[in-house]
Amino acid sequence: MAATDFLRKRFMPHIWCPGCGHGIIMRALLTAIEKLDIEKNDIVMASGIGCSARMLGYIDVHTMHTLHGRALAFATGVKMARPDLTVVVPMGDGDALAIGGNHFIHAARRNIDMTAIVMNNSTYGMTGGQYSPTTGCGEYGTTAPYGTVVQPFDTVELATAAGASFIARTTTYHAREMARILADAIRHPGFSVVEVLTQCPTYYGRKNEKGDAVEMMERFRDCAVPVGPLDDNGRATAADVEAADASVETIPIGVFRKEVRAEYCDAYRRQVIEPAVAAASAAADAAGGDR
Amino acid sequence: MSTSRRIEVNPDWCKGCNVCVAFCPKQVLALDERGKAYVANIDACIWCRECELRCPDLAVTVVVERAS
Repeated sequence: MAATDFLRKRFMPHIWCPGCGHGIIMRALLTAIEKLDIEKNDIVMASGIGCSARMLGYIDVHTMHTLHGRALAFATGVKMARPDLTVVVPMGDGDALAIGGNHFIHAARRNIDMTAIVMNNSTYGMTGGQYSPTTGCGEYGTTAPYGTVVQPFDTVELATAAGASFIARTTTYHAREMARILADAIRHPGFSVVEVLTQCPTYYGRKNEKGDAVEMMERFRDCAVPVGPLDDNGRATAADVEAADASVETIPIGVFRKEVRAEYCDAYRRQVIEPAVAAASAAADAAGGDR
Repeated sequence: MSTSRRIEVNPDWCKGCNVCVAFCPKQVLALDERGKAYVANIDACIWCRECELRCPDLAVTVVVERAS
């Protein structure tokens, strides 16, 4: 089966702008799913609102287009009811970190077995280029004509603090590596966060004079610094960068954390469902004995 | 056993963003007068699939057919 066999071809070409990186992420995700040999019926994807969320319209698996920021909540419901299914949630940066910030940190805290793909283009593209929680300090948006005043979120650090057990960052330039990381993330038994830096040439690129899609991808290529290999605790070691010059912009990429700890559905079954079923069964036996 | 290889570009899906052209290491692809990508120099192709992986419109496919 080819990766494009997972496409709902009747809806193509997609609605994303020329050069938008979201299509590259969709292709990498399809490649990962194909590589893992998952049946279409065994995978569920939920999305919220935004350019990123439109991805589900084109992927031929079980899909839910849900409320803004709340895709992880819907996905948690699916996973609790059917832990055997693979659950993937593509989200935008605003969807994941602003509107759905609480769902994001608590899904990470629970370590529930699903994969959150944070497609970070540093803007709200669908609604016209407003600044988002990942727009850099001093960068421009339609709602920041004088530049933003606040610091952006670092998705990897946020996910680390919240307790996600698989955390990675990659970019649309690194498409081949992205497919490999996404496959690793889907396979990981716990909450996986993959931040993909993607280009929005229409709004973020134009507002910040970052050039067209090619120039924005060249920036990803030139700034990317791979983090070191994972240590025994599953934490990435520091990147081996010679003479780190603070004036040079760097984007650390790679797998930052990969550790196995108790998964929510599994722990819930052992700690709550099984004792409750045993207690109910014992009560029924006792009631039967009285008769 | 022979292997036939080709690059297919779907003009209905291509939006002419130039990503495949810019990142091809061998300048195999180019944009035509309508701004759509086409295969300009297939002999230079090293079949690395970078165009296929990076096409944001999933319009580029590298086809490898092995016939015995």
